Amino acid sequence: MRTARQPANVVFPLIFPMLLLAVNAGGLKAATNLPGFPTSSFLAFALAVPFIQGALLATINANVEFARDIQTGFLNRLALTPVRGLVLLVGQLGGLLTIALVQAVFYLAVGTAFGVRLASGIGGAFMLLVLEAVIALGFAALGSWAALKTGSTEAVQGLFPVFFVFLFLSSMNMPRNLIQADWFRWIATVNPVSYLIEAVRSLVIEGWNWEALGLGFAAAGALSAIGFALAIHALWHRLERT
Amino acid sequence: MTQFEDTIAVARGVAWRVLHTFFTNKAFLLPSVAFPLFFFTAFVGALSRIRDVPGFDFPTGYTAFQFVFVLLQSAAFAGVFTGFGIARDFESGFMRRLMVAAPNRGGILLGYALSALVRWLTVVSIVTVVALLAHMQVGGNGVELFGLYLLGLLLNLAGALWAAGVAMRLRTQQAAPVMQMPVFLILFFAPVYVPLGLLQGWIHGVASVNPVTALLEAGRGLISGDRQLTVAAFAIGIGLVVGFSFWAVRGLRRAEAAG
Repeated sequence: MRTARQPANVVFPLIFPMLLLAVNAGGLKAATNLPGFPTSSFLAFALAVPFIQGALLATINANVEFARDIQTGFLNRLALTPVRGLVLLVGQLGGLLTIALVQAVFYLAVGTAFGVRLASGIGGAFMLLVLEAVIALGFAALGSWAALKTGSTEAVQGLFPVFFVFLFLSSMNMPRNLIQADWFRWIATVNPVSYLIEAVRSLVIEGWNWEALGLGFAAAGALSAIGFALAIHALWHRLERT
Repeated sequence: MTQFEDTIAVARGVAWRVLHTFFTNKAFLLPSVAFPLFFFTAFVGALSRIRDVPGFDFPTGYTAFQFVFVLLQSAAFAGVFTGFGIARDFESGFMRRLMVAAPNRGGILLGYALSALVRWLTVVSIVTVVALLAHMQVGGNGVELFGLYLLGLLLNLAGALWAAGVAMRLRTQQAAPVMQMPVFLILFFAPVYVPLGLLQGWIHGVASVNPVTALLEAGRGLISGDRQLTVAAFAIGIGLVVGFSFWAVRGLRRAEAAG
């Protein structure tokens, strides 16, 4: 509700990834002429990126608000109520999940409107939403951990460049097998964001590639599990202090 | 003191203050240096295969091709980041005290512009060293390279004056997207990844009328020693500086009128 009441927090994560998609799809169309490029449409190839980017932006925006609740003492007052700490965290993550799913539907609709057809069909669209939910949960849990650990809006905002670096140092603009620089291909291979993008991308341009999907779910699941464990630990300490 | 001396004294004071904050606060320094380096690394690393695309015939390779974009982008954003500082000074109340104390308020704008220039020179020095370490090939001679950095300087000044004009009118840090987004869009609606001739569809149409395209193509011509659109690019650069000077001065007058 709080995010919905602030149009800037809703519009920016919807529009900015679409602008970047438009720029990259137009500017890198020529890359589809490279031998071995998996599709003739760079828009379809790049459509996976907004799903990851949107989840990141929503996470930052919502967790900045969460950090503000800590800064202003609102969380301390909530802690005095019978509400359990775990419920607070699940509520926070649930809200973020809803925002991420609304965004995912929007990106899918825009992609479809501009001629992208999912190779995996309607079932793939549902699988994509499930995958997006797990990805968003991972980023949201890590963002909540940062908010709880630091209690600082600036620290949470500082996560944005970090996440952005992970995004750009991935296979977002080129399939890993076509990346010529060895050092960059190595970074993209050890970067979990590559597997998130490739899982989403496989549903759009390949169909049902179980290996890509398995790796994507594994990366997103691991992020979620680590983020959630860290967030629970930080929440426990935060409530203990009060 | 003459009016000129007053202006210079105010400009020196403002520039020193901004630069002191910039160089002593890593929260300001690190993103300014890291972002251009990061874009350079990401573009060159991920997209170097683009040089194999049929029709891509840039003589000095993809590293030099992207270096020019990163140089111009860092110039524009060093200017825009200065606008963030002006907005912060308004919110903290410092600008009001500065306006009361400055015998010539034009010096305030000049000071911010000077600080933007020094910020960019710092950033671009580091980016240049990294590009050379990454074996960037340079085909242009000394004069052509000087011209390339001069183009960056013009874009830096234009960016600073644009952002100053916005900051002077809106006087809040919430105006940051208004300063940043048009610059981001105009830069990326140019031939960033491939030459103009390889762009297709709507982006080709937009890039063809985008003034930054001429700056990019001229910059790439200068670094490769194969000059093209140089005169047009300098005319556009000077035009942007002159136009945004008026914009910034009128913004200053509005800020004065607002008290």
